[in-house]
Amino acid sequence: MIHKFKQNGRYIVLDVCSGGVHEVDELAYSLLDYAAPPFFDECPKEITDKLSEYPADEVKDCYNELKTLYDEGMLFTEDDYEKYADMALNAPIKAMCLHVSHDCNLRCKYCFAQTGDFGGDRMLMSPETGKRAMDYLIAHSANRVNLEVDFFGGEPLMAWDTVVETVKYARSIEKQHNKNFRFTITTNGILLDDEKIDFINREMSNCVLSLDGRKEINDNIRPCINGSGSYDIILPKFKKLVDGRGDKDYYVRGTFTKYNLDFAEDVLHINSLGFKQLSVEPVVADPSLPYAITEEDLPKIFSEYDRLEKIMEEQKLSGGKKFNFFHFMIDLDQGPCVIKRLRGCGCGNEYIAVTPDGDIYPCHQFVGIEEWKMGSIFSDKLSQEIKDKFAKLHIYSKEQCGECWARFYCSGGCNANSFIYEGDIRKPHKLACEMQKKRIECAIALESAE
Amino acid sequence: MKHIKTVNKANLKQTAEKGGCGKCQTSCQSACKTSCTVANQKCEAVK
Ligand code: SF4
Ligand code: SF4
Repeated sequence: MIHKFKQNGRYIVLDVCSGGVHEVDELAYSLLDYAAPPFFDECPKEITDKLSEYPADEVKDCYNELKTLYDEGMLFTEDDYEKYADMALNAPIKAMCLHVSHDCNLRCKYCFAQTGDFGGDRMLMSPETGKRAMDYLIAHSANRVNLEVDFFGGEPLMAWDTVVETVKYARSIEKQHNKNFRFTITTNGILLDDEKIDFINREMSNCVLSLDGRKEINDNIRPCINGSGSYDIILPKFKKLVDGRGDKDYYVRGTFTKYNLDFAEDVLHINSLGFKQLSVEPVVADPSLPYAITEEDLPKIFSEYDRLEKIMEEQKLSGGKKFNFFHFMIDLDQGPCVIKRLRGCGCGNEYIAVTPDGDIYPCHQFVGIEEWKMGSIFSDKLSQEIKDKFAKLHIYSKEQCGECWARFYCSGGCNANSFIYEGDIRKPHKLACEMQKKRIECAIALESAE
Repeated sequence: MKHIKTVNKANLKQTAEKGGCGKCQTSCQSACKTSCTVANQKCEAVK
């Protein structure tokens, strides 16, 4: 299977199953409308006839080049990976999203956690529960050495003592268990101060800082509890944090909604503030809500992605790359192995979310949905039924994915999205798919530009 | 080749043989908490 597309005036052909990326001229691009295996020693006459606007010799030449690529296993390769699909069964747990706070000090209109409480009581995790969660993770991680823990919320800084004590505890026992904890935190920044910034920069291998872009955009959708904007409060704190971060990862992460479909402006704005690791992504929301992204927004969103790709490509080619955009980052040479690519996040199987009172859910987006509760860190009974359900999710078991050209990049999308929109973790959400595919095209184009 | 320039040398087929070690990060953890793109991750084994 191949996928071909035009981006920024270039013709790009992706060989889906080998991951090969080819930049071709217009003739080869058109020829691929007709040429497909089996390839013959000589270009069939029907094909030269169809492309009569080109000299026949050129068409034949080009056909031979395609044939060579095919013979070398770089074009029209077959998908023979299904035999690896069940390798995730009985996988150990290696990552945890720790909901240290089901409370928040902002009132973002699009919050999937319903302003932090996930539809339940406002609650903070106790340091004791945080420590037991670390024990639980170690106990269920079998031979995995790298364990990831993300402090999440609501707003995790509201439970700062728990964050600090959990990290200290995990560090105190990681060596004896032959583990290596990698902590990350996702914060709105309101409560950041020097002490917290130092701790985060020392202990957290990545941090995600939420900011939606231009002041008026951010403040409209990310107000404080009293209704005032959050932009002016958080910006100096984020700058301070990033300045002290050295070469550790961070992302300034925004969400775009129907209110800012010109989100490339927000990306550029965040970059103009001095941040270089950026991510701005579409809101996940019930389509009936006024800010939700709907089908008719797609053309505008696609043209924004195109615009952003063009700007970034120009920067790259003139040697002046100014920022990374998370969704356009792709590793065409040394990305994950194909076995990893058969499935996405590992939620409910290798990755779990833990609530303030220790309940376990497949991931942060399932938290609070009773039917998906998997157990508790205070008990040894983890729902094997739910775990297996997620372990068996892969591109071959999901509707549409097996035929989709983007499957080895997208890996089947977000299960929570599928559940929220389609009511089934095996049914990818069409709108999300369309945007995902567009971003992957942009990413491949940007990465291959030289 | 005159009409085609191959951009990368990667071949997913080869990664199948040695892959699946499970050492790599889970995807939603790495940057953004509401979406995932596996392809921008690193392989920990080749590091
Ligand atoms: S874009 Fe959609 S159909 Fe394609 S692999 Fe991703 S989730 Fe599956
Ligand atoms: S289901 Fe979606 S939100 Fe949950 S971990 Fe996976 S990618 Fe992330």
